[in-house]
Amino acid sequence: MKRILSVALLITAAVLGSACSKKQDVSEPPSAGTEVPSTTSDEGASTSSRALGGDAETEGGMAGDASGPLGKRVIYFDFDKSEIKPEFADIVAFHARNLTSHPNLHVKLEGNTDERGTREYNIGLGERRAQAVRRALLLQGVAESQLTTVSFGSERPAAEGDDEAAWSLNRRVELVYGP
Amino acid sequence: MIKTKSSLLALGLVLFCIQSRAELVVEVTKGQAEAIPIAIVPFSSPEDAAASFDVAQLVSADLARSGRFKAMDRKDMVDQPHTGAGIGFDDWRRLHNDYIVVGQTQIEGPDRYNITFELYNVLTRQRLLAYQISANKPGLRLASHQVADMVFEKILGIRGAFATRIAYISVLGHVPARDYRLIVADADGENPHVVMDSKEPLMSPAWSPDGQNLAYVSFEDKLPSVYVQFLKTGERHRVSARAGVNQAPAWSPDGKKLALTLSTRDGNLDIYVLDLATQALTRITDDPGIDTEPQWSKDGTTLYFTSDRAGGPQIYRVPAQSGAKPTRLTFQGSYNARPRLSPDESQLAFVTQEDGGYRIATMDLRGGGDVQVLTKGHFDVSPSYAPNGAEILYASRDRGRGILALVSADGRVQERLVSSEGELQEPAWGPF
Repeated sequence: MKRILSVALLITAAVLGSACSKKQDVSEPPSAGTEVPSTTSDEGASTSSRALGGDAETEGGMAGDASGPLGKRVIYFDFDKSEIKPEFADIVAFHARNLTSHPNLHVKLEGNTDERGTREYNIGLGERRAQAVRRALLLQGVAESQLTTVSFGSERPAAEGDDEAAWSLNRRVELVYGP
Repeated sequence: MIKTKSSLLALGLVLFCIQSRAELVVEVTKGQAEAIPIAIVPFSSPEDAAASFDVAQLVSADLARSGRFKAMDRKDMVDQPHTGAGIGFDDWRRLHNDYIVVGQTQIEGPDRYNITFELYNVLTRQRLLAYQISANKPGLRLASHQVADMVFEKILGIRGAFATRIAYISVLGHVPARDYRLIVADADGENPHVVMDSKEPLMSPAWSPDGQNLAYVSFEDKLPSVYVQFLKTGERHRVSARAGVNQAPAWSPDGKKLALTLSTRDGNLDIYVLDLATQALTRITDDPGIDTEPQWSKDGTTLYFTSDRAGGPQIYRVPAQSGAKPTRLTFQGSYNARPRLSPDESQLAFVTQEDGGYRIATMDLRGGGDVQVLTKGHFDVSPSYAPNGAEILYASRDRGRGILALVSADGRVQERLVSSEGELQEPAWGPF
């Protein structure tokens, strides 16, 4: 049984791990995140915020480009919104399939907001975003026990800067894989 | 006539803390036209190391920082008397001073100093105050703030808050490698000490009513927990690490309970009250919206909080008991959040959205609920009243940097506290 589990993990790692680097790419647009789901939660959590330059471009293609949706672990939101936009549906669906076919995997959904507004209310908004992704994954068959949520509000920005370029990168939910 | 106040100036605040290098510099950005002219004459001092401490300079800075006084530049002083007998009142009046403070610092014993000072009304030549404060060397700074407090109160009839402390969060470094520090400093930003340091976010520091403890949120376990830290020893306790959100601690006036924001499994944030001794938890609000940022009334019967139950965030009030029905207080604008009650409970300070910016506003709680927007920034948040209610400390941004700023409760005086390093956030002004 143990061996089957570890084989499954290896396969998962292989599927996910085409670009298995935790190095941060500062010029990468948010739509083409290259981070790979880590199977060790601590590592994943501590490197889940990517440093992106303030002038990062945001027009990159979403689902279906070479790196594949499963390599993308960040879902971006509109200002003051917690609805998952249609262009992120594929990413959610891919992660749902991955989690249902690997019930041993867990994902921590980290909700974040931009820096505007009050900090504690932003914790609420970040939680609401994490819950939106959680609900979408549950609806697609992921087990409740595979999912946890945490909200960092505006405390852990991915990009620095007092402009929409930075804010759009910070309104996000990051999927952090763990065993 | 000279009273002696022997202050136990134990300024070794926190045994396990590090002296922070970042000191705050105060700049008055908008003063009051009718500031009271006062001369704080340099104190005489003994010929030893303590002479390096300039009591009069600190008193001048405090009074000027309040925006209510204009302290005379000492290079314009024609004379520097140290006792009332030496004051040539006509000269000081010609230099347009309403008040004058003279004094001395003397050695009383090993590491023990006496600060003696007198306050005079220049026009009437009347002595308004004569006082002596005893302090050890590290206590000279606090003793000087106490001199400023007494002068401030004697002239204005408002208790001074210069000898109080503030707490705030300072963030160093850049994403993703940031360092979060919880700092306690004197009210003028001097004497900063790091009381907690983490690679993960720290937020929402809240002073216990006796000023001995800070409650705050730490993400050090990569999940939010509420801690209470005893400042003298640095000893801390995790008081809430429930599944989900553990946020926004607020001390009850008796210091026995914390109001908190907790969440259910499906992420619904509500206000709860935690009894610190028994760990008993009482749910106060129960609404699918975000309920957070609680704050107690002084008698402990009422909680003020933010809720977006009606759409955007607005401020509500609710009896601090299970199942009570909240009353909405704010109706102007689409964003009103993070209420803080003034010490006399005549005003509520909060964050409002105006012209796309987030600003500090106050609402009159005694009259018709008039709202006054006090600041003009774009990112002004986290208001915190001085314990005398005269000023509101808040977090702002200046050229892309987080700074702390002050505004008088009537909006007429504004100042910035500029730190040499770090992003400053979430100031909390401690009690008297």
